[in-house]
Amino acid sequence: MFNAQRCLVAQSLEEAYAANQKRTAAVMGGMCWMKMGHRRLQTIIDLSALGLDQIEAAADEITIGAMVTLRQLETSPVLAAEFGSAFADAVRPIVGVQLRNCATVGGSVWGRFGFSDVLTLLLALDVEVELYPGGRVPLEKFVRMPPDDQILVSLRIRRTGRAVAIQSHRNSATDFPVLAAAASRTPAGAWTLTVGARPQRAMRVEIALPAHPTREQADAALAAALAEVPFGSNMRAGADYRRHLAGVLLRRAVLQIEGGEA
Amino acid sequence: MKIEVTLNGRTCTDEIPDDLRLFDYLRQKGCASVKCGCETSNCGLCTVLLDGKPVLSCSVLAARASGHAVTTLEGVQERAAVFGAFLADQGAEQCGFCSPGLVMTVLAMEEELEHPTREEIQHYLAGNLCRCSGYQGQLRAIENYLNREVQA
Repeated sequence: MFNAQRCLVAQSLEEAYAANQKRTAAVMGGMCWMKMGHRRLQTIIDLSALGLDQIEAAADEITIGAMVTLRQLETSPVLAAEFGSAFADAVRPIVGVQLRNCATVGGSVWGRFGFSDVLTLLLALDVEVELYPGGRVPLEKFVRMPPDDQILVSLRIRRTGRAVAIQSHRNSATDFPVLAAAASRTPAGAWTLTVGARPQRAMRVEIALPAHPTREQADAALAAALAEVPFGSNMRAGADYRRHLAGVLLRRAVLQIEGGEA
Repeated sequence: MKIEVTLNGRTCTDEIPDDLRLFDYLRQKGCASVKCGCETSNCGLCTVLLDGKPVLSCSVLAARASGHAVTTLEGVQERAAVFGAFLADQGAEQCGFCSPGLVMTVLAMEEELEHPTREEIQHYLAGNLCRCSGYQGQLRAIENYLNREVQA
């Protein structure tokens, strides 16, 4: 557990940002991961009074506040209407309801965790990260940026009509994933594929896939594309197994979107 | 810092260290049912209700509970006793160490889900670990508890 001299319940983004300029300060999301460390902090900054716990749909985008919990992602009718069961499928294997009522999407994205199911799914969509004071950054760029002293305000998902699906594999229920994989397809037939828990942070896979691939076409394209993706080994699985698993899970995600047998 | 928490229906105003966990605060307030089983946010033993939603009290700062309602097993003893009888009927309480967290999650599920299927119950309770019962007795007890009015 970390130590902190002061808990600042920020009343504005300006106040949170100003307090976060010191190296001995840190922003608290859901606290589930942060409490696992032993940092000694001067100030812990709480964003829960800023109204960032809402999921809102506008004509062209969906806004997910940084303090929205994983359980809200799981049960949101807005996200279910736009993306089917994808968000629920992504977060349901994460420990239990109690943890998902605590853990926030802002904490998950800011941490750029190598094990993140949430990041794997979001990277398959058209997402921008809204930072204070820096403004919007594409998520794909954000995950490669080193953490800085800005405040993550929200995620903005453009409503481009993508169909999306996510698959993951765990050695045992509620454990970290051995691998997570997501696929999405625009109405025009353009695919975006991602792999996460490689065990490094999630990334997009460059792939040439027809709009409506057969199982054989998907397997052939995936074998070629995944040969270029770096996978690693850890206590949960080896790199070769992860590469094989990525092909299987991505094919399942693609065929799930196609409505065929996975 | 000063916090004001509605704990089991009673308003409590206290001066606390800023980094005090809700779990430690509740123990200091005499809520002995709340236990810390894992320190890794995995076991569900420290589950309490924050504004009616189950949360891990080991993973929430007490400061965040200020202005909100916290319910522990001590605040739902009548309902807990009813469910506890169903657990006992199935021999599913075993050592009982995980029971407070399990009971709080089941009562929250009862409020949140309408006529949950067995699969939905299993998903909802995935965050409550039990090293004695093997879960099957617990599942039967929960199903019998949720269907108690139909069976009566």
